[in-house]
Parts: sequence; structure tokens; C-alpha cells
Amino acid sequence: MATNTKSINDIRIDYYPTHEHEGIKFRRGHAMPYGATTVPNGVNFSISSSAATACTLVLFDRGAPQPFAEIPFPDEFRVGDVYCMIVFDLDVERLEYGYRMDGPFAPELGHRFDKSVILSDPYARSLGGRDTWLAEPNWDDVYPYRSRLAFEDFDWENDHPLEYPIEDLMIYEMHVRAFTQHPSAKVKNAGTFSAIKHKIKYLKELGVNCVELMPIYEYDEWENSKPNPVTGEMLVNFWGYSTVNFFSPKAGYAATGKFGMQVDELKTVIKELHKNGIEVMLDVVFNHTAEGDQRGHTISFRGIDNKTYYMLTPEGYYFNFSGTGNTLNCNNPIVRDMVLDCLRYWAADYHIDGFRFDLAAILGRAQDGSPLSNPPLLESLAYDPILAKCKLIAEAWDAGGLYQVGSFPAYGRWAEWNGKYRDTVRKFLKGDTGQVGEMVQRIQGSPDLYYYRGPTASINFIACHDGFTLYDMFAYNEKHNEANGEDNRDGGNDNHSWNCGWEGETDDIEINFLRRKQIKNALSILLVSQGVPMLLMGDEMGRTKLGNNNTYCHDNELNWLDWSLLKKNKSLFEFAQSLIKFRRAHPVLRSSTHFAHSDYVGSGYPDISFHGARAWNMDGAEYSRSFAFMLDGDHAKQGVIKDSMIYVAMNMYWESLTFELPVLNRDRKWHVFSNTDMPDSEAVNTLGKEPLTASQESIVIGPRSVMILVGK
Amino acid sequence: MSFSINSNVSEVVGTGKVATIELTGELDSLSARLFQKEIEKVALESPKDLVLDMENLSFMASAGLRVLIFSKQKIGPSLNIYIVKPQEAIVDTLDKTGLLHSVTIVDKYPS
Repeated sequence: MATNTKSINDIRIDYYPTHEHEGIKFRRGHAMPYGATTVPNGVNFSISSSAATACTLVLFDRGAPQPFAEIPFPDEFRVGDVYCMIVFDLDVERLEYGYRMDGPFAPELGHRFDKSVILSDPYARSLGGRDTWLAEPNWDDVYPYRSRLAFEDFDWENDHPLEYPIEDLMIYEMHVRAFTQHPSAKVKNAGTFSAIKHKIKYLKELGVNCVELMPIYEYDEWENSKPNPVTGEMLVNFWGYSTVNFFSPKAGYAATGKFGMQVDELKTVIKELHKNGIEVMLDVVFNHTAEGDQRGHTISFRGIDNKTYYMLTPEGYYFNFSGTGNTLNCNNPIVRDMVLDCLRYWAADYHIDGFRFDLAAILGRAQDGSPLSNPPLLESLAYDPILAKCKLIAEAWDAGGLYQVGSFPAYGRWAEWNGKYRDTVRKFLKGDTGQVGEMVQRIQGSPDLYYYRGPTASINFIACHDGFTLYDMFAYNEKHNEANGEDNRDGGNDNHSWNCGWEGETDDIEINFLRRKQIKNALSILLVSQGVPMLLMGDEMGRTKLGNNNTYCHDNELNWLDWSLLKKNKSLFEFAQSLIKFRRAHPVLRSSTHFAHSDYVGSGYPDISFHGARAWNMDGAEYSRSFAFMLDGDHAKQGVIKDSMIYVAMNMYWESLTFELPVLNRDRKWHVFSNTDMPDSEAVNTLGKEPLTASQESIVIGPRSVMILVGK
Repeated sequence: MSFSINSNVSEVVGTGKVATIELTGELDSLSARLFQKEIEKVALESPKDLVLDMENLSFMASAGLRVLIFSKQKIGPSLNIYIVKPQEAIVDTLDKTGLLHSVTIVDKYPS
């Protein structure tokens, strides 16, 4: 028999108020879940603190300068360390809430309680206060980052995370605002989540099937903002690697943030990307928070449970393994639970396909800062059932000197941003000697680093948000960060870049040809390497940041993607597009296991072989700057799928080289897919319609060039 | 402009019931409660179509959007929601928050 839901609620005594304070009715709440959740007739608030002596719930109407109520938690409402309360008859649409925590202010003991400050809920699902990007805040606001509720009523239709095998991904690292903010993007609601929808067609044309969004958790663009001493322009936190709240999407990235609809807007974009076959990965920053060191603002964690949330020195100061002032105490059981709860929430409620963890080495540090051999947080994430199909990617180093590329505790699940891939390929492209031996490892998915983990542990990239763009890598020898207002001291110095003969922009036709060729060389190497390729937003159209390798603070053309480059550098875009298509068409390029270096299917060829000027003879000497490799298509996906032969020759000498070609069996012939030494219009051929090579015996590889052949 | 709301449910022979709600003024979080009550009322009649006349609605806050979601959940996924002559800003918000997929924008209810 059908039962009326309302009548059930009416008879449940736990949804009736038992207390009243200044006209507000409430009762003891539920300890779980943490945060603020709607229950029949009311809202359940739950927050924990291991050392607070008292807690007060502070309620605001949206945007109001003063709270409309402050309700101290009666002692009988505390369960262990958790304060919980159900408050009835609240306008959940307009409600903003926070807490005051009372307790000792004793930094030497790790406590920094201050009941004069209203604190954000670490579990708030939405935050107010920074609703419109760069709208100047009210600096006198008694509570600048206001916790709000979010609702679980989004219509996902049949959406589901796409769950592509990781080796089939083509990742595109992008910044939400920078992607569409430039006037040339010509989209409605530029710079917002919503605007991404208008560029999905472009992403599909390019061929990417995964976007990795730079931080979208609520952060404050005004944090550490200052006028540029040179230009007077306001420098802001543009990249967002400084989290204010881990559960809330950045309202300022939503065109509907001013309505408090950022959750729905972001979910709409994710649903739309999924419909178009594109996964969504988040770049998450759990290594530190926006509260900074002892000079920073108290926003949330510091005032709730400083000693629990942060790694502290014996004197009570903040360990700074993040390089930004504080370090989240990730392996404290309370914090570990918060990180897990957070990622589960994003996976379950936002259908997120994977996460890239900023400075992830910190996630493996013990509470005293020492590296753990078996970090419980990393293990928990690896084995969590809700995250079971999510990709987990570590930036396997931190600012405290812990470098774990190749040794990150992976539990058979974690992949890594392969910093060694980036450095080796850059040095090889630059023409450095002594790189061939290492290049052989890198193009195979770095078995020297990931022998037991397989090539899928390697996220291959040559450029990312940190450092030079691909174009700048071949236009600048030195970083040019003057616009950051730090006397060019910030940003890395180990760029392994080469300006091709002139520092910065030039009209020299030969230099510009060489730069474009180098970008094509880089794209070619990236797309034929085993592992998972990642492309930085705009590198496919020759995006420049004018030599600035650390543009974290610029809300301007240095970061905004200039879509007019698509026309100017059409040949680059088409080259990138063709290479991505090529990778997708050839499963032999996307192996989930390392090569065996043997012929285990009886095709007559080993799965991979290395070559030089003489076939089957690679010159791996110190002076060598060239080599070729051949993949046998019969070994594709461990011999399960039949593919073509693929031969890739790379010559980083400044002169041409002639390479003898390996002889093909079964009447197959070598065809040219791409040759970066050719003029732009001829650098790449149509997939499936590749012309025969001029000779089947040998090929001439131009100076600083990469050729890709197909044997079929 | 102050908010007002009118509704009626009519039976179309052979096709089922049609609930029509006319919204005037600004739909903010306070008026959204009235909107929700009206939806609850017409839901009792199990209409097949819900026609929301928004020609004279100048603003819709998040609370109003949530009532649209609620109406689909309350009456069932087979409910067709028609929004008659909404102003551009409202269509824009529906689009950005993904609700445009769940409703049909019309100049006039088709039957």
C-alpha cells in the first residue's frame, strides 16, 4: 500500500523541535553526515573539533551584514567531539551559516581558537562571499566566506562517469576562466563554467577525450592581491592553487554564481562534456589551504581545530612543505577522512572521472612531516570503493624536496605526472647530448621508472600550466617574469628551453619555421609515446605567455587563451589534430603493459625494436642525437588486436640524416604519415591515405625533424 | 512588481489533465514557497502537462528554479513542462543550470 511520506515525517519525533533560542526552534541533531544537510522541516548542522570548549552556530540571511541568530550548542548536543543540531523553519535558499569556536589560544600547544571570528564549515557544499569573479569584496564583512547549503536535486538523466581505460585518454589541461575569457573566444558568459559548453565542439575536433580542470574548488582571487609595481594592474590569484573550501565549486567561475547556482551550472557542464565523450578530471590541492602561515587569515580549519588540520613544528609554527605557508596534516585520521569524504562527494555527486593531486608527495608525509613508506591516505584512496573507477594522478613531488617520480606509493592505482618525461624530451628536442638512452625509456612509458606499474602510470607531458608553453619553450632561453612584480625571481630556472636563435618574437622566417617545427616535433613525440599524453590548453595553436613561466597572478592576455591563434597557426592545430587522430587509430600506441622486446605472437618482429642510420642498430652513444623505433602492429594490445607497423625516426642534429628502413614482410610497404621537416601544408597526411615513401630502403630525415611512417 | 500566482487544472478529452500556472512579478525565495504550494496542489490532480505562463515574470531566483526541479520530481518524469513566453534572462538561467533540457519553451501552449 502506498504511504504518504509526509505522514511518516509527521509522526517521527526526531523531527520536532525541543529547544528554542531567540524564537528559533531546534533540537539535538545527527552527528553524521558532517556539514549542513536538509532534513524534514529543518537543517542538520554537524561539525567536529577535538579541542574546542564550546561552539556556537551563527546564522545569516544571504549577504546580511549581521547574523539573525547565534545559537550556542547545548552541552547535551555534543557527541564525542562532534557538535550537532537540527534547526527548524530556515529559508534554505537564503541561509548562510558559520561557527564560532571557543577554546585556548596557545600556539605553542597548537591551539589558535578565537571566538570573535566566524568560521566557514570545512564541509560546506557551497560558499558565498566571492560570488562574482573579481567583484570587490566588502572588506569590513564580519564573515567573508559564508557557508551555504547545496541541494541534491540535479537531473543527471542517464549520465555516468565514462570510465575510459586510462591508456586511451588524451588529456587537455585547462583553466576554466582562461579558456574562454579572451574576447576572441566570442562566447556568451565568457570565463565561466557555462561558456565551456560552447567550446565542446572545438575540443572534440581537436580529439581530446578528457579535460583536466585547474583548481575549481572555492578559492579567493583576492588572496595576496597587489598592484603591479610596473603597470599598476591588479595582480590576483588567478590559478587558484589555494583552497578556501574543498567541497564547494568556485562561485566566481559560474555565470549563475550570483544566484547561488554554481553547483547546478558545473554539473550541467560535466553532463554535457560526458554526453560528448569527454571525461572531466579535477586538479585538487590538498597539500595546503588559503589560511597561510601564522600571519594568515583565520577562515576555517585554523579556528576549528588547528592542531588536527595542520602539520605543526614542536614550537607550534606551520611546516611549509607546500611553499605557501602551511601544510595540511593529510595523514591525521580526521583530515584523511575529510579528504576521502571530499573526493567521494565529487565522484558521486559531480560524476568526476578522476583527480590530479597537486604536490601529492605531501599526501604521503607523516604528521611530523617525514615521508611514510605506507601512507594510509594514499592507500585509502587507492582502495576506496566509491573512487574505484576514478583515475588518481599524483604530482609526485613537493616543495619540501620530496621527489617521488617513479617511487610514489601507487598501490596498483596511482599514475604520476612524469616530470622526467618532460625534462628528457625537452633536453632531447633542444639538441642536448646524452639523451638518447633516456628517450628510449620515455617513449616506452618509462619502464625504468614504472617497471612494475606499466606505462599507464606515466602521464606524459612536455608543457603544463607551470613553466613555459610549448611555443615559449622554443622562443625563449630565459624566463621573463617581470610582470609578476617579483623582480623575475619567481618561476623555475630549469626550463631546458631553446629560443632557436632569437630571444622572443621575431619576423625571421627561418626561425619561425624552426619554432613551428620544434612544436610539431614535440607533439609527434608526445603522441607516439606509450603512457598517457597530456596537452596544455592552447599549445595546439602556438599559445605564448611571452616568456613568463609562472603566470599564476595574471587575469589578462598572459593567461587567457587567444582564439585568434587558431587562424594564425592553423597548421599547428591541424598537425596536433592529425596526431591525436593517429594515436586513436593505432592501438599499438596505447599499450597498458610494457613491451616484452620479443616476438611473442610469431609475427617475425619483436613488439618494439630500435634503429639508427642502420636498421636494427641504434646509436645510443653519448654524442648521439637521433634514433628510430618500430612498433609491430601484430603485438598491439598484447597481440589481441591487429594494427599496422609504425616506425618513428627522430633526428635532433642540425643536419639531415639518412636512415635505412627495416624490411617489411607480407608485401607490406612503408607509407609516410608525417614529416615535420616539410612545409606546413605537407607536414602531415590524411589518416589512412598516407603516400608511399620515396624509397622502401631508406629515408632522409631533415635537420631537427621527426618522421612517422606506417607499414601496411 | 509584487508576486502573484494563479492556477487551474483542466481536462482535455482523450489526452489527460493540463495544469496551468500563471506567474507574475518576481519569483524570489519567499514567493517560491507559494509557487511550491501551488505545484503541490496541482500535483494532486496528476496532470500530464504543466504549463507555466511566465510572460509577466521578470525575475527568477534559484529558489524558483528548484521548484521547477521539484515539480518534475513530485509529479513524475513523464510530466511535460511548458514555459510560455519567458523573458530572456530567465531562459538564460535555465540554460546555464541545465534546466532547459527538462522544459519546453513555447510562445503558446500547443493544444
